[in-house]
Amino acid sequence: MTSLVQPVPRSVRSRVGRQALDLLPALAVFVLGIAAWQAIVVGFHIQEFLLPKPTSIAHSFWENKHPLWSAGIYTFKEALGGYALGCAVGIAVALLFACWPPVGGAFMPYAVAANAVPIIAFAPIMNDWFGLLNPFSKMAIAAVLCFFPVMINTLRGLTSVHPSSIELMRSYAAGRASLFRRVRIPNSLPHLFTGLKIATVLSMIGAIVGEYFGGPIDALGVRILNDSSYGNFTQAWAGIVMASLLGIAFYALVAAAERLATRWHPSARAFQNE
Amino acid sequence: MSAVSIKNVSKSFRAGVTALTDIDLEVEPREFVSLIGPSGCGKSTLLRIVGDLIQPTSGTVEVNGKPAAHARRDHDYGIVFQDAVLYDWRTVAKNISLPLELLRWGRSRREARVKDMLELVELTGFEKHHPWQLSGGMQQRVSIARALSFSPSLLLMDEPFGALDEMTRERLNAELLRIWHETGSTVVFVTHSIPEAVFLSTRIVVMSARPGRIAGIVDTDLPQPRTFATREEPRFFELVTQVRELLAASGAPLGVTQEPALAEESA
Repeated sequence: MTSLVQPVPRSVRSRVGRQALDLLPALAVFVLGIAAWQAIVVGFHIQEFLLPKPTSIAHSFWENKHPLWSAGIYTFKEALGGYALGCAVGIAVALLFACWPPVGGAFMPYAVAANAVPIIAFAPIMNDWFGLLNPFSKMAIAAVLCFFPVMINTLRGLTSVHPSSIELMRSYAAGRASLFRRVRIPNSLPHLFTGLKIATVLSMIGAIVGEYFGGPIDALGVRILNDSSYGNFTQAWAGIVMASLLGIAFYALVAAAERLATRWHPSARAFQNE
Repeated sequence: MSAVSIKNVSKSFRAGVTALTDIDLEVEPREFVSLIGPSGCGKSTLLRIVGDLIQPTSGTVEVNGKPAAHARRDHDYGIVFQDAVLYDWRTVAKNISLPLELLRWGRSRREARVKDMLELVELTGFEKHHPWQLSGGMQQRVSIARALSFSPSLLLMDEPFGALDEMTRERLNAELLRIWHETGSTVVFVTHSIPEAVFLSTRIVVMSARPGRIAGIVDTDLPQPRTFATREEPRFFELVTQVRELLAASGAPLGVTQEPALAEESA
C-alpha cells in the first residue's frame, strides 16, 4: 500500500551559517552603541569619574586582565554554587507543590515572601551567619535570588498540562509517577529553562551584592567597590565588564543546554521551515 | 456478552447540572455505534463514563463483562480525542508506542508493532517526525494508531474528526472504516455530524439535551463495505433525514445548536 503523502526531506542548508547571520543585527547595535558612547564622552568632554571612554575601559581591562580574571572566577564560583543550590531547591519545591497541591497552597505564600526579601538587606545577615570570608555566605544570597524564578516557572510547566493529556494517561491506567515522568516533566522543560536562564544572571548579581558587604580582597565585587572608593573609576568599569562577560557566558551556556534538551519543541520549526 | 453495557446511567455535576438521565445501551462486539446530539446532550460525558474517566452518579457500566474501572485497568479500550493529544517531545513512532511502554512491551516487539501501525494508518516514513511537523489529519491518524497499537477490543472516539476540513474528514472516515474491518474492533464514536454518523455507523444513538437522554436509535442498513458511492445512494439520504427528524423531534433547537451539522450536509 503506497502512502498518499511522502515525508518532507529535512533541510540541508547549513544551520550554523544562518545562526551567524542572525547575530549580525545584535553585533551592529553593539558596535554602534560603543561608538556613540565614545563620541559623546569625547565630544562633550565628560569627566572620567562620571563616565570613562570605552577605549579607556578596554585599555584598563587589558592591563588588569589577570587579576580581573582570577577575581571573576572566584566570584563566578560563588555564583555557580548558589545557582546550583537555588535551582535544585527551586525544582524540588516545584515538584513537591505539583505532586501535592495542598502543600503548594500552604507554602506558596511563604515562597512568595522569600522572593520579596530585599536582597540588599539580606546580604549582611548572610555574611554575619556564615562569615565574611566564607564563600557560602555569597552562595546563600545567590541561591535565594535563583530559587523563585526557577520554582515558579517549573511549577507552571508541571501544572500547565492539557486535561486531555491527563485523561489519555488515565485511559492507559498509568500511575502518577508515570504521568510525571512521561508528561508533566517533559512538558515543564521549556518553562524550567526560562527560569534557569533568568537565574544565571541573578546568581552573578547575588554574589557581587554579597561581596559589597564584605569579602576577600580578590573577589570581583570587593575589587569594584574598592576601585570606586579610591576614585579608580575606569578600573571599576573594567570590573563591571568582567562581571557582565561572565554573566553573558553563563547565560549562553544554559541557553545552549536548553536548545539541546528541547530540540523537540515546536519553536524549532522556525529553523526547519526556512 | 456485550462489548459495552450501560444500565440506568445518570450523571449530575456538582453545579447541579444534570448531564445524563437513565441511559440504557448495549453495544455488541464488532458494532460501530455513533452517539449524536446537540452540544450539551452529554454524549462526550457518556463516552468518558464508558472509559471510566468520569464516574456516573448512578447506574453501572460494563465493558467486556467487567466493571468499567476494571476494563480500564485491563487496557480493554483505546481512546481518540478531538485534539490528537500527541506529545511534542516524542516522535511519531514514540507517540504510537507510548501505551506499549506502559504495558512494558520489549523494544523489538514495540518497534515491530509501531511499523505495523504506521502501515495501517498509511504514515510509513514519518516515524522520526515530530507531531507539529504533520498536518491535522495526519496527527489524528497517529492518534488512531496509538489507540489501536495494543489491540484493544474497544475503540472510543470523541469527535475525532471534528476539527478537520470536510475533504480530510471524508477521507479519514473511509480510512477508519477500513481499519475497523481490518482490526475487528468495536467502535463507540461521538460526533455532531449527521452524514458522518450515517456513513460510519451500524447503529446511531440519537441523544437530546437538558437533560441528556436517548431520543431514539437508528439502524443503518447501508451495505458494507461502504465506499465513496455510499454517500450518493438514496438510502443514505433517507437515513440522514431520519436522524435529522429524530433530532428535531427531540427538541434540539434547530438553527442554533444544530447549525454545524446542517451546514456540513449542504457542503
